[in-house]
Amino acid sequence: MAYRASFAIDLAVNAFVPLLDVATVIVLFQVTPDIGGFGADEVLVMFGLSALCFALADVAVGQIEKIRIFVRTGLMDAVLARPLSALGQLLCADLPLRKVSRVAVAFVILVVAVARAPIELTPARLALLIVAPVAGAVLFGAIFVATATVAFWWIDSGEFANALTYGGRDFTSFPVTVYGRVFRYLFAYGLGFAFVSYYPTLALLGRSDPLGAPAVLAWSSPVVAVPAALVASVIWRFGVRRYRSTGS
Amino acid sequence: MTSLVIEARGLRRDFAISKRIGRFRRQRSVVTAVDGIDLQIEAGEMLGYLGPNGAGKSTTIKMFTGVLRPTAGHLRVCGLVPVTQRRQLARQIGVVFGQRSQLWWDLPLRDSFELARHIWRVPPADHAARLARFVRELDLSFLDTPVRQLSLGQRMRAELTIALLHGPRVVFLDEPTIGLDVLSKQAVRAFLTELRDRGDTTVVLTTHDLSDIERLCRRLVVIDHGRVVHDGTLESLHARYGSRRAVVATLEEPLAEPVRLPGVDLVQSSADGRVLTFSLDGSRTPAGQLVATLAALGSLRDISIAEPAIEDVIARLYAGTA
Repeated sequence: MAYRASFAIDLAVNAFVPLLDVATVIVLFQVTPDIGGFGADEVLVMFGLSALCFALADVAVGQIEKIRIFVRTGLMDAVLARPLSALGQLLCADLPLRKVSRVAVAFVILVVAVARAPIELTPARLALLIVAPVAGAVLFGAIFVATATVAFWWIDSGEFANALTYGGRDFTSFPVTVYGRVFRYLFAYGLGFAFVSYYPTLALLGRSDPLGAPAVLAWSSPVVAVPAALVASVIWRFGVRRYRSTGS
Repeated sequence: MTSLVIEARGLRRDFAISKRIGRFRRQRSVVTAVDGIDLQIEAGEMLGYLGPNGAGKSTTIKMFTGVLRPTAGHLRVCGLVPVTQRRQLARQIGVVFGQRSQLWWDLPLRDSFELARHIWRVPPADHAARLARFVRELDLSFLDTPVRQLSLGQRMRAELTIALLHGPRVVFLDEPTIGLDVLSKQAVRAFLTELRDRGDTTVVLTTHDLSDIERLCRRLVVIDHGRVVHDGTLESLHARYGSRRAVVATLEEPLAEPVRLPGVDLVQSSADGRVLTFSLDGSRTPAGQLVATLAALGSLRDISIAEPAIEDVIARLYAGTA
C-alpha cells in the first residue's frame, strides 16, 4: 500500500473494463433481438457468470503468467531451493488486490442479470448460482496454470496462454450456439468452456440445450472442474521437471 | 550406517539444444553438461568444486539441490532423491547462488530473515541464537536496510546468513566470493573457516578464485567437460601434475660452470648471469641440494623459493583436458 493514489486509479480502471464489455453486449442487442437463440437478458446472465468466474480465477492464480519471467531468468532456481510448493510460491509472489474490483463488478453484473432474466429461483438454482462461479473459476484457473506451464517447454510462449485464458473468457461470454462446429468442439467441449457459463445458464433459465445436450450436463460443471484441476496439476509437475535453469 | 551426505554415481545431465539452420529448419543436438560424475562427500567436509566456465559445476549443484533432474545416474543427498523429494531436501540444505538472490528485494534484511524463519519453520529460539551468531561473525550492521540498497559485499554476507539460518546439514555455495573486494572476501573466508572448524555443516564450494580453495578446502574436485579430472588434496594435485617451484638465486659473481642436477632447469639468466631463475621438480632434486650446489659453485648472496601457484596447475589441467 505504498502508492495509494496509483492503487485507487488501478482499482477504478479495473472496475471499468468489465463495464465496457457489458456495453458491447448491450450495443449488439440494439441491432438484433437474439444471439444464437438467446435474448439479451439471457446472454447477460452468461456474460456475468463468465466475467465472475474469470475474475475469481485471475485474482487467485493469474499471477502464474509470471512463470515466463522466472523460467527465462532462472529465478526459478531460488523458488525451487525453498521447502515450499513451487506453484504456491509463484501464486503468492504478488497479491493482485487491484483485480479484486473486477470481481465486485462482475458480481454486480451477474446479480442484475439474474434479477432481470426470467429465472424462477428454486433452492437448487440458488445453490447452482453459488457453485457455478466457483467451478468455473477452478476451470479457468486450470487453464491459467496449464497454459502458463508451456513456458517450461517453450521459453517464448508469449501470447499462447493469453489466447486460451482471455480467449476463453470472451468465448464463454456468449452462448456456444453462435460458434462454428470446429471452434465449438475445440473450445466448448475439448477445453470444457461450455461448462463455465453456457450449461449453468441453461439450468438457471430452465431451458433445454438447442444443440441437444442432455439436461443433466447443465448441472455438471463441478464434475468437470475437478478433473481439469487435476490435469493442470499433472502438467505443472511435468513442467517443473522439465525446467532447465540458465547458465551461471 | 554411513556418514555420506552426498552420493553420486554415474551422474549425467544432457541438454537438448535446437539450433536454427536456414529459415525454418532447426537442428536438434544433445549437449552433455555433466557426463558421469562419481562423488562421495562425507558429513563435515568442506569440498572445493572447481572447473572452467561451462565445465558443469553449476549443473551439478543444481542437480544436488533438486532444481534440475539428472538425465541418468544415482544420486542421494542427505539420503533423499533430490528432485522427487525436493521439499524435504530443501529443509536440510542451504544454497547460495552467487548470481541469484534468495533474499526479498524490497524488504529490509531483517524481514527477509523473518520470512525465512517461517518458510523453514525454525523454532524462534534457534533462529534468534543463529541470527545473533551470524550478525556477530559476519558483522551484519545493516539489518534494517532494504536488500536492493545493500552493496554486493553486504548482500553476499546476507545470502550466506539466509542459507544457514535453518541450520542445514549441507550448504552449497556457488561462487560466494564472485565480484567481492579484498576486505569482503576476507570476511567471507574467515566466516567459512569458522564454519568448517565447527564441523557440523558439510560445505560444497564452487569458485573461480583459487585462493578461496587454497585457504579453505582440504579436498579438491576438479571437473572439466562434465567429468571429474581430479579428486584429492591440493598437494596430490601438485604432485600429479608435476608442479615446479621457482628458485631465484642472486650471486656475487656469475657461475663458473652451469648447474647440472636432475629436474632442475635454468629458466632465466639476468644481470650478466648474477641473477639466475631455476625451475625445480622437488620430487627429483630437493631444494636443499640445489642451494648447496649453488653455494659450492659460487658465492651465494640471496635465494628465494616460490611455491607452485595453484593457478598454473589448474591452467595446465584445463589445457591438458581440452
